[in-house]
Amino acid sequence: MTAATGAAAAPKAPARSHGLRSRMRKEAALAYVLLLPALVLFGVFSFYPFLRNFKLMLYETPPVPGLPSHYVGLHQIIPTITSTQFTQSLVTTIVFVILVVPISLLLGLALAVAAHRKLKGMAVYRVIFSSTVVSSVAVASVVFGTLLNPVVGLLPWLGINPTPPALENTTWALPSVALITIWQFLGLSFIIMSAGLQSVPDELLEAARIDGAGSWTRFWRMTVPLLSPTIFFAVVVSTIYAFQAFGAVDILIGNQNAVRLHTNVLIYNILNTLQIESNPGAAAIMATVLFLIILGLTLLQLRFLERRVSYAR
Amino acid sequence: MPADATTEAPALAAVTTKAPPPHRPRRRLRTIGSYTLLTAAAVVVVFPIYITIVNSLLPPQQLVQQPPPLFPSNPQWHDYNAAWTTGQMSKYVATSAIMTAIIVLGQLVTSILAAYAFAFLRFPFKRTLFVVCLVTLMIPFEVTFITNLDTVTSLHWFNTYAGLAVPFLATGFGIFLLRQAFLQIPRDLQEAAQLDGYGHLRFMTRVAVPLARPSLAALAVFSFLGAWNQYLWPLVATGGTTPLYTVQIGLKQLLGTEVSQIPVSLAGAVIAFVPLVILLLIFQKQLVRSLTAGAVK
Repeated sequence: MTAATGAAAAPKAPARSHGLRSRMRKEAALAYVLLLPALVLFGVFSFYPFLRNFKLMLYETPPVPGLPSHYVGLHQIIPTITSTQFTQSLVTTIVFVILVVPISLLLGLALAVAAHRKLKGMAVYRVIFSSTVVSSVAVASVVFGTLLNPVVGLLPWLGINPTPPALENTTWALPSVALITIWQFLGLSFIIMSAGLQSVPDELLEAARIDGAGSWTRFWRMTVPLLSPTIFFAVVVSTIYAFQAFGAVDILIGNQNAVRLHTNVLIYNILNTLQIESNPGAAAIMATVLFLIILGLTLLQLRFLERRVSYAR
Repeated sequence: MPADATTEAPALAAVTTKAPPPHRPRRRLRTIGSYTLLTAAAVVVVFPIYITIVNSLLPPQQLVQQPPPLFPSNPQWHDYNAAWTTGQMSKYVATSAIMTAIIVLGQLVTSILAAYAFAFLRFPFKRTLFVVCLVTLMIPFEVTFITNLDTVTSLHWFNTYAGLAVPFLATGFGIFLLRQAFLQIPRDLQEAAQLDGYGHLRFMTRVAVPLARPSLAALAVFSFLGAWNQYLWPLVATGGTTPLYTVQIGLKQLLGTEVSQIPVSLAGAVIAFVPLVILLLIFQKQLVRSLTAGAVK
């Protein structure tokens, strides 16, 4: 990303500098007018709320309804991030991410490799493998809510019906939510991995095959290393998405059971702190922690991409 | 890459000199194996949606049947009717459609304008402002929704289309994507247009935008998907006595706990999913393009 490529193309020095100056001024004015809508929206709905989180943190709203929030300075921060509810929610989220990201990426990669051969009808398979990318969390939740239903679903027939039912079970609730998310992420993972595979030169793999490398060796020794930038991108993107996931918990578990069933993921905890406990201060603190996690992941990716670009060119 | 060429040449020679006949049956076997594997995988991926469609067409007594029917022998469409009318899916679909249309159009317009400035105009603080636009990509909505809810409420936009859509009308991703597309346009073309007396606005609408059509389509599909499927904001920004629920929040409302209610919610899920399947079938290429922007150059 070179931001100033346009600006770097300096104009040839013209004869009449006065006319040029007024033209440049007009050009700059036009530029600011064109940028105005986006910048105003970013300011109001992105930067201002982001910065206001730091102010909100300094105020605490008592758990009794009707009482106004009062200034507590930095005193709310430590108790909030060390509270068992928050640390448990963080642990839950990390377990959730660890369940979702590797499995969805490995499955996506496997599907991408399987669909990489040029065969008739491959377009149909590609559409099918990509299809879950368009599924919303609500659709996925309704679909899997029924599949995991103790009466209607497949589980009783397959004889793997835990008691209490999967979505009311302290052991199986989080894996169930993870399963839904894995299915939902599979399409994106497949799309990213397929695009990456397309950039791996076929001749290289073909040469290795003729040199006697088996498909397993070729996959681990050639495809995976050549695909590492893509895999890295996919890991970062899906980790960020997984940190933001909460819809399945809201739809299938609900706020009364989320903590008890170890499914109170970070966003859900923030949402409930805001809406049920009505404490925007604590919610802002947790949101900032989430921001720092995502910032860390994004910077990691940017640094990696930068390095890659610098040696690729 | 000369190193590749030398390894490749003997490899190709080996392919052609090795006797082809014993090669062929093995190849066919591999092809059959591939198809078997692909089909099995496709069945697993599609199964949840397939069984949802089947279940949405079953009468209640068949729904609890063991083993579960894999084909609706006697399809019942009344659950679709129920989801559409009493389940209010018609209202939710309309709300989602209007909100999505506003967001897609808004993002296209704000992104075109800003990207044009970054690609074709010279002005002070250009680099800084571009970084400002990119930085918004690092601030997820989950971090800003607390204050956005206050902002929207104080503007009296709670439970309105403005409240649902306006926070999403600009996107750093869109600006980035369209700037890249505009930078591909040859400078000569801009100079030629200038000589023809084209001002910037005319050059933008007549030349730059039409030439950037593939990227515009990618952005439109991407923002359609995001807007239609978003969950957090419509959940918190709607409510009251006549809630302006989108399809996703409507689905949550529809999800009954009673067995008799299940086919209705499944029908609702199918209704919510269908527009996106159509989107995928028509715009698969654009969708892939936007989802992998930044991954593979």
